[in-house]
Amino acid sequence: MKGVKWLLTVLFILALVVTGCAKAAPTPAPQPEQKPAEKPAAKTMTVVLGFTASQTGKYAKESKEQVQGIQLWLKDLEKAGGLKLPDGTVVKFETKSYDDESTKERVQQLYTKLITEDKAEFLISPYSSGLTAAAAVISEQYGKVMITTGAASDSIYKQGYQKVYQIYTPASRYLTGAVDALKAWDPNAKKIAVVYEKTKFATSVAKAAKAYAEKQGFEVVLFEGYEKDTTDFGPFINKIEAAKPDAIIGGGHFQDGSTFAKQLYEKKTPVKMVAILVAPAVPEFAELGDAAVGIIGPSQWESLAKYSPDSAKAAGVSWFGPTIDEFVSGYKAAYGYEPGYHAAGGYAAGLVLQKAIMDAGSIDADAVKAALDKMDMMIFFGHIKFDTGEYHGLQIGHDMVYIQWQKKDGKVVREIVWPEAAKTAEPVYPLR
Amino acid sequence: MRWLRDPSFWVSVLIVALAGAWPLVTGSASGREDMSLILMFVILASSLNIVLGYTGYVNFGHIVFFGLGGYIGFYLISQMGWHLIPAAIAGAIVTALFAAVLGAIILRLRGAYFALATIGVNEAVRALIVNWDALGGAVGMTMNFKRYQAYGGPMNALWVAYGLMIVVALLSVITSYGVRTSKFGLGLLAIREDEDAALVLGIAAPKAKTIAFVLSAIFPALAGALFFFKNGNIEPGDAFRLHMSVEGIVMIMLGGYGTVLGPIVGAATYERLRGYLLTSPIFKDLQLAFAGVLLLLIIIFVPSGLVGWLRNRFPKVRRVLA
Amino acid sequence: MDVLLPSLVDGLLIGFVYGLAAMGLTLIFGVMDVVNLSHGALIVLGMFGVYLLYTALGLPPYVGLFIMLIAGILLGMALYGIAIHPLLGGPHLSTLLSTFAVSMVIIGVGTALFTSTPRNIDFSLGAVQVGNIRLLGTRVVAAFVAIIMAVGLYVFMYRTHTGKSIRAVANNRDAAELVGIPSRRILALSFGLGTMLAMVSGGLIATLFPFNILSGGVYELKSFVICVLGGMGNPTGALLGGLILGLIEGFVPVFMPVGWTPVIEFTLFVIILLVRPSGLLGAR
Repeated sequence: MKGVKWLLTVLFILALVVTGCAKAAPTPAPQPEQKPAEKPAAKTMTVVLGFTASQTGKYAKESKEQVQGIQLWLKDLEKAGGLKLPDGTVVKFETKSYDDESTKERVQQLYTKLITEDKAEFLISPYSSGLTAAAAVISEQYGKVMITTGAASDSIYKQGYQKVYQIYTPASRYLTGAVDALKAWDPNAKKIAVVYEKTKFATSVAKAAKAYAEKQGFEVVLFEGYEKDTTDFGPFINKIEAAKPDAIIGGGHFQDGSTFAKQLYEKKTPVKMVAILVAPAVPEFAELGDAAVGIIGPSQWESLAKYSPDSAKAAGVSWFGPTIDEFVSGYKAAYGYEPGYHAAGGYAAGLVLQKAIMDAGSIDADAVKAALDKMDMMIFFGHIKFDTGEYHGLQIGHDMVYIQWQKKDGKVVREIVWPEAAKTAEPVYPLR
Repeated sequence: MRWLRDPSFWVSVLIVALAGAWPLVTGSASGREDMSLILMFVILASSLNIVLGYTGYVNFGHIVFFGLGGYIGFYLISQMGWHLIPAAIAGAIVTALFAAVLGAIILRLRGAYFALATIGVNEAVRALIVNWDALGGAVGMTMNFKRYQAYGGPMNALWVAYGLMIVVALLSVITSYGVRTSKFGLGLLAIREDEDAALVLGIAAPKAKTIAFVLSAIFPALAGALFFFKNGNIEPGDAFRLHMSVEGIVMIMLGGYGTVLGPIVGAATYERLRGYLLTSPIFKDLQLAFAGVLLLLIIIFVPSGLVGWLRNRFPKVRRVLA
Repeated sequence: MDVLLPSLVDGLLIGFVYGLAAMGLTLIFGVMDVVNLSHGALIVLGMFGVYLLYTALGLPPYVGLFIMLIAGILLGMALYGIAIHPLLGGPHLSTLLSTFAVSMVIIGVGTALFTSTPRNIDFSLGAVQVGNIRLLGTRVVAAFVAIIMAVGLYVFMYRTHTGKSIRAVANNRDAAELVGIPSRRILALSFGLGTMLAMVSGGLIATLFPFNILSGGVYELKSFVICVLGGMGNPTGALLGGLILGLIEGFVPVFMPVGWTPVIEFTLFVIILLVRPSGLLGAR
């Protein structure tokens, strides 16, 4: 029976290979250094906070900022001696994170691992709407509270989740402020062209912006999506020009947005305002030089923004956490450069979780959920309040700020031009 | 049954069955997620191998079947309220019909022309769905969380999807074996070696090729429906990722072109290797480049893949490694 | 219509550059029956070459193009020796995968060195207004360079001894060997020329649009479409195919939503493959 022996040996080896793969655990991402807990004055408990980071793949850059924001929050919390519950218990966080390679397949695999093996009590989302949607399914299945940041899509909150909470202003309100701004700056502007990249995020932003613009009495003279990876906008711009819009709003991601802006400039397209997604908010947009000047873009947060305990008082809500200056200087001290909105979003996610646990007085998921449902506060990131109705968990408090690239002393710089209350410079209007 | 007495049949089937059952035995949810991914790759690679390995037609658009099955299945579940199983089967049937029509047309092309056409088909379908608003267009579709209630709650739904994934993986491996050892399969191999000669010998090449093409389309379509059900949302970029087709080809080359066991071993090895490269501090930044060098070395020095190499090196194992 | 004309002119100008990019792919296919899947990566290499020479050394992009010309031939010949020659004569799959592996290496190293941050060559040649058509300097020059390169290639292939040898090897390698043509060197040179064309077109594209390390994929797909339109293996056809593609891109947005452009392009691509696989001009 030589054959049988062969069979068994080979079978054994191969089974080892295959199951071995299943066991091949991804190595943990670097953790923030954890100092040994100082001698506890009261009862302390350690809670595991789980998230994935896109250390590789297309979101690596943004994700790194977001994770640094989370880590800075943890460090600040550690410095303050942990989170104190009303009954005197001190809650300390231990973070667990893995590399999700910017892919959905990984995200589901790793969030399951975080919950079932690492026993994470609370979760923070990965960066990007797509990955977050994949993670939310898992966290909701296990009844965990997840704070999402770096994810602006609305659709996640139409799925009936009960314990997923959004920090970012959702896509549906990304460009509505630009419409308001146009209305305020120029009562004669009537025509808007909405042009967008055919991706999930940009399409949902564009649809909402179109509906809003029409409600505000504008005529949407062109509403068209272009294929992602479009490089030559020449013929499309000719078409836009023929529709004679006063303003162009839309865009998509960095690559197409900057290409579009460059070609609008080269073609000297005669419009009064251009507001596009993502690209203008990224510092590298300045590489476009003169082509960047006058371009407006929405931003989740700017270090120049003016949220403060005073503005909280004016709005009639409570203030929590560090001021903008404290956050910015803390971030600079830790990482050596100014934080962008990805980093601020990461910090804000931590802060919101911290406040919710304090309000709940326990780490019980349902109690924390109740606290989040009731939350209505101002932090350095802005106003935070969640929808508790049909779109449970959707961010309804926070607003975008709109920046514009302007030329000052021969250099292109970014200034906040909208909303009125937050602006740091007069807008350049009309553009051409 | 002749199959049941063939050790090589049992090797392939038992490896998939045992590895697949492992998370069921331990009840480990994260083991399930790991295995689920590997099984999905096994399905993609095994089915692709029927066209690529047996018939010798290089299909870069294999993922179009995964995407279509996923889209149809997801549409039926999320918008029409169908149960997962009929929805997945409906997706597979429509995809198979699509493959039959498509195959009858494009399998007339040979060599590089066929390979290019498959890229064109994948891109055309993706671009079409991006513009198709009933299927959600560029935004894609999402599924209400309540849908999982029908499967005994969300947690259970994942186990259901996983169990079905094992079944599909087994079916695809058994089909791959059945084709390989049948007279039909011999016809395919003849086409691979020399299509004109095969025609002269009386093999109805166009028909055989189309059947092979349809068989290879069914399993990724089923896997697509399961994958996106589990995912809870679908969008064109994830469903028609050309890169995944290429990954499938790499798995087949790694394991052994034209063998039954090759794609299984290749899928598992590839998945593990990728995980290792991505997390190892030395290769992390250069993982893509390193994988490229490795692929090049395999093509030049071990063109028959792991299983092929074993078969050539140790003729005795041929009885157990098909 | 006042949109149609400017859009057609825009499409035509960019079409020459697309055509040039595809010429490299089609040349390699015509001579050695290899579909070069590293084509997109080589285009990106050309982009980054010109970009780095411009930002680091301040070399004008058009000077950078000359350097890409030489670098392209040398790199292409080296790649031939490593990834193509050992596999010639085997199944198509081998060279498809080996060239894909080369692309993985280039993109992998490129990502590690440059990340996927977008780059832009901030360089302008102004513009001329003719009626309602606005001609951008960089685009006109790019089209012009593409035409010169195409004519140069034609003269080389039909008027020089080496060029004739390449055509002989493409027609029948064994016969060419018999009459004393060193086929290995000729094949290496052809791969070098194909690589050169890819890198030069990449350099030209870099003067027009922002790009990043992953931008090659789009141009590779466009090149496939163009090659099929013009006939696989036919460099003159590639130029024609490029113009057709450019015109489609100019033409489609005028009449329907711009998002349909790729649907039309790829459907046309599959149809041409089926109905007239030798391309609109016929093979070679």
